[in-house]
Amino acid sequence: MLTLRCPCCGVLADETELAPGGTAHLRREGPEASDEAFEAYMFLRDNPRGVHFERWRHAFGCGKWFHAARCTVTNEVFGTYPAQTAAPPEEVLEAIRRRRPEWER
Amino acid sequence: MSTRLGTGGSAIDRSRPVHFTFDGRRLAGLTGDTVASALLANGERVVGRSFKYHRPRGIVASGPEEPNALLGIGTGDRFEPNARATTTPLREGMALRSQNRWPSLAFDVGVVNAALSRFLPVGFYYKTFMWPRRFWESVYEPLIRQAAGLGRAPDAETRDPDRYEHFHLHVDVLVAGGGIAGLQSALAAGRAGAQVLLMEQSPHWGGRAQVDGVRIEGDPAAEWVARAVAELEAMPNVRLRLNATVVGAYDHGWMLAVEMPEPGPRERLWKIRARRTVMATGALERPLAFAGNDRPGVMLASAVRDNLMRYAVSPGDRTVLVTANDDGYRTAIALVEAGLSVPLVVDARPECNGPLPRRAREMGIRVAPGRAIAGVRWQRRITGVDVCLQAGEGSALEHVPCDAVAMAGGWSPAVHLWSHCGGRLRWDEATAAFRPDPQFPPTGADGQAAILPAGSADGHSRAVEVLASAHRAGVAGAAAAAHEGDAGQVVTAEEGAEAPALAVWRMPQSADHRLRAQTFLDFQNDVKLTDVELAAQEGYRSVEHAKRYTTLGMATDQGKLSNINGLAALSHTTGQAISAVGTTTFRPPYTPLTLATIAGQARGDLFQPVRRTPLHARHEALGAAWEPVGQWRRPYVYPKAGETVEDAVRREVLAVRSEVGILDATTLGKIIVKGPDAAQFLDMIYTGRPSTIAEGRCRYGLICNENGFLIDDGVVARLGPETWLCHTTTGGAERIHAHMEEWLQTEWWDWRVHVLNVTEQFGQIAVAGPLARNLLERLGGMDLSREALPFMHWTEGRLMDVPVRVFRISFSGELSFEIAAPAGRAGEIWDRLAQDATPYGTETMHVLRAEKGYIMIGDETDGTVIPQDLGLNWAIAKKKDDYIGKRGQMRLHMAGERWRLVGLLTPDGAVLPEGSLAVAQGTNANGQRRTQGRVTSAYWSPTLGRGIALGLVDRGPERMGETLSFLQPDGSEYRAEIVSPVFHDPEGERLNA
Ligand SMILES: [Zn+2]
Repeated sequence: MLTLRCPCCGVLADETELAPGGTAHLRREGPEASDEAFEAYMFLRDNPRGVHFERWRHAFGCGKWFHAARCTVTNEVFGTYPAQTAAPPEEVLEAIRRRRPEWER
Repeated sequence: MSTRLGTGGSAIDRSRPVHFTFDGRRLAGLTGDTVASALLANGERVVGRSFKYHRPRGIVASGPEEPNALLGIGTGDRFEPNARATTTPLREGMALRSQNRWPSLAFDVGVVNAALSRFLPVGFYYKTFMWPRRFWESVYEPLIRQAAGLGRAPDAETRDPDRYEHFHLHVDVLVAGGGIAGLQSALAAGRAGAQVLLMEQSPHWGGRAQVDGVRIEGDPAAEWVARAVAELEAMPNVRLRLNATVVGAYDHGWMLAVEMPEPGPRERLWKIRARRTVMATGALERPLAFAGNDRPGVMLASAVRDNLMRYAVSPGDRTVLVTANDDGYRTAIALVEAGLSVPLVVDARPECNGPLPRRAREMGIRVAPGRAIAGVRWQRRITGVDVCLQAGEGSALEHVPCDAVAMAGGWSPAVHLWSHCGGRLRWDEATAAFRPDPQFPPTGADGQAAILPAGSADGHSRAVEVLASAHRAGVAGAAAAAHEGDAGQVVTAEEGAEAPALAVWRMPQSADHRLRAQTFLDFQNDVKLTDVELAAQEGYRSVEHAKRYTTLGMATDQGKLSNINGLAALSHTTGQAISAVGTTTFRPPYTPLTLATIAGQARGDLFQPVRRTPLHARHEALGAAWEPVGQWRRPYVYPKAGETVEDAVRREVLAVRSEVGILDATTLGKIIVKGPDAAQFLDMIYTGRPSTIAEGRCRYGLICNENGFLIDDGVVARLGPETWLCHTTTGGAERIHAHMEEWLQTEWWDWRVHVLNVTEQFGQIAVAGPLARNLLERLGGMDLSREALPFMHWTEGRLMDVPVRVFRISFSGELSFEIAAPAGRAGEIWDRLAQDATPYGTETMHVLRAEKGYIMIGDETDGTVIPQDLGLNWAIAKKKDDYIGKRGQMRLHMAGERWRLVGLLTPDGAVLPEGSLAVAQGTNANGQRRTQGRVTSAYWSPTLGRGIALGLVDRGPERMGETLSFLQPDGSEYRAEIVSPVFHDPEGERLNA
């Protein structure tokens, strides 16, 4: 059972307090989108072995969504950050590179 | 014959006898006994029958690895199957029953399985019971369940009266195991200042060191153990628990432990978040693989020693020791010192001249080097062993009479916790064991090793190394939590020197097929040496495949006893090294935990919280039949004395249609959406345009997901320039609130909108029926005339001096008002209304809405239905640029030939079974009959005096008047005509009244 620190309220939350939300940093595709773009937005996901950016909600806590960078192999958590961003913050990327020098986005 | 000796026994109190029964016979043990030691003290060596062949089986081990002695304990409500005799303390009045035997332990019908064993080869489940398929339910499964398996589940009617609880704890260092390694780790971590929890599975601290004659700091181990425990108990930052087993290691240092507290609840489940766990879980002795090694009276040498030293129980009068290491000699020496006979030590090693064998010889024990056991003679008890050369095929050289056999096959580190959460193991040729691989530990959230192995769990066998590794682990665990205080010195230890052990995987080395077919690798699952060989020959060469095919190491064993010998057999047959064969994955839990422990307090009334509306007590007083709706309890119907449910629904429906009824609508979700950007936000959330609702007015709205599928519906009211109140379904309140929050927080976080779930702030009452207005006007305080409050309008005021909002909306098709009052005051209004109106429940509400053709989320929708399927195109703003679901609904398969909402009428007025499928011609790719529609809602309509149904039918609205056939599982058929879904008042005159 994972623990993630909620960047909104600061609590180190057990997984039982959290609701998962899948891949982070998706861009919404609206009515103008092509079939291919809409399919990719709705259904096509990377399934990386290693670093993964993902959405979580502190559902049984402050209720806020946030993002986590986590290793899907070891469950190592490189950092969590608020959901109100289109890309991971530099300090999280640095933390990943420190632990996974070979990693590329 | 096993028996209690006249003196000795460190764990027992001879002045306090304990009475119990075993299969109905009255027996007595002593305070401090385990169930196993008490049975052995009474000469009970056969304690169960094996899983597959129903062979008589006895106690093998003295700890949680015991494979055979699983008993039914207690009676009635307190019956518990599969209790492990070796770890269950004996209690006064205990009723024990052996398992897997019928009609009795001594004579078992299932033993015929053994005669048929050549027809029960490995994989027999897969091979024998395949065909014909229809025999599975009626013949094979009942047969297998009767003949095989572990203990029976408690009777379904019993209710466990005991209390079980859960503990939650965060610690810096959890120490699993209270032997000398665990104590030393806890001392080091505790002295350094860490918060420590130390758990020991048995009722005793100190583990094996005391039984094995180790000396620490110059004193017998027991004295050091007492000093260590005293020091730990004095530390405020250290918790100690006996009778507590750490059973599972999970992600991010989440550890599970089970405690049998004394006194306290029957069992306690510990959910521990540990920064680091020290795995000081010791090692498990391996059986040796020789013919007849499963006979009752063949025990692990360490278990013989434990029973002798702790409980003063001898396994027999004449015990042959069979070993491949020096450690086994400790058992022979202890037996002779206790005045018992050891006629022979069979040692597989050609040379055995270490200090322990020398001492054994000095005591007069005969030692036979380079020898093996060729067979165990058995006539309802062991009568002797045949001895052969280890280097041969098994020709007996001599027969040695005896009544017990102790086997010492070497020690396997108990690495289960390491493996539970991804730690890898490496095969260590020197110790012939799998040891934790420090290169690949199970890691925590910080990416560092979460588990630190210590002592013999890490593969150390010498006390001095055990204590040093434990000290290091304790220091490292504390340091990980930034506790760097003085951990003290590593203590010194002495013990007898040991000559190298020999890894012996089969006895004798070239045992012929007849011997191998009597050699058991897994006692619990009845897996023999020949089974693993056959599996390998049949191609099950991967260890994970062989495990599943043979069932080796499955069930509660989890590889504790069977693992290494099984791997060695696979290695031998396939010609791979053991390191290449690898090991199966150990899964949690290390020892089984009961379902009651997992449930804890979450049962009965505490299983989940129940949400009650402010009117709950009033419904109860009216005798409501309840319907669970999520966590809510809603009145289903209010039957009066002598009324059936059907009668009551009929009465309530007719009351609403002809007079007036009242419904508790509190559970409907109420979400306030407010802010400068609320209008644009709601236009994205809903398919329509809530932004255009005028203040004081209401509108029906639909919410879809990005796929375009309908997920909720409800009436939206505009409260002010920047404020809307969104009603949701009962089940949708939390879900839709979360849906809105998700879009606001993760997509449109710059939009200035607040959403607030105020569902529980209001008590809401629907007042429906032709007399609704008359009734409300009699309450006084508000003008609710047709002119003042037209349909789909709302207003604020005071009714009976209670502040309320009144919405003129209808889910029944009648003139209807919904009154929202502060939750604490809704009761006043209900009480007044109830004097003149008929309370009605959810079933009546369903009938009323179905008569009107109103859809219900979850009945007419199933997650694949778009609003267009339900004829709700009018609620979609087609010219709107965007809303959630719009792009999804533009996909090709969202138009054209889809199943759409219709009404369905049977010619004779019968009620169609809900969920019935309308069949079409032909079959699909799976050979199943094609379908063209299904019944989504069906009721008896009191208003129409006949059955009515709503359904989704392929191109339904284009096929009015067609008759469909609905086939039932029993082969019968219903026919129904496709009609309009609106059965009652299609012009809507009544709700506009
Ligand atoms: Zn939070």
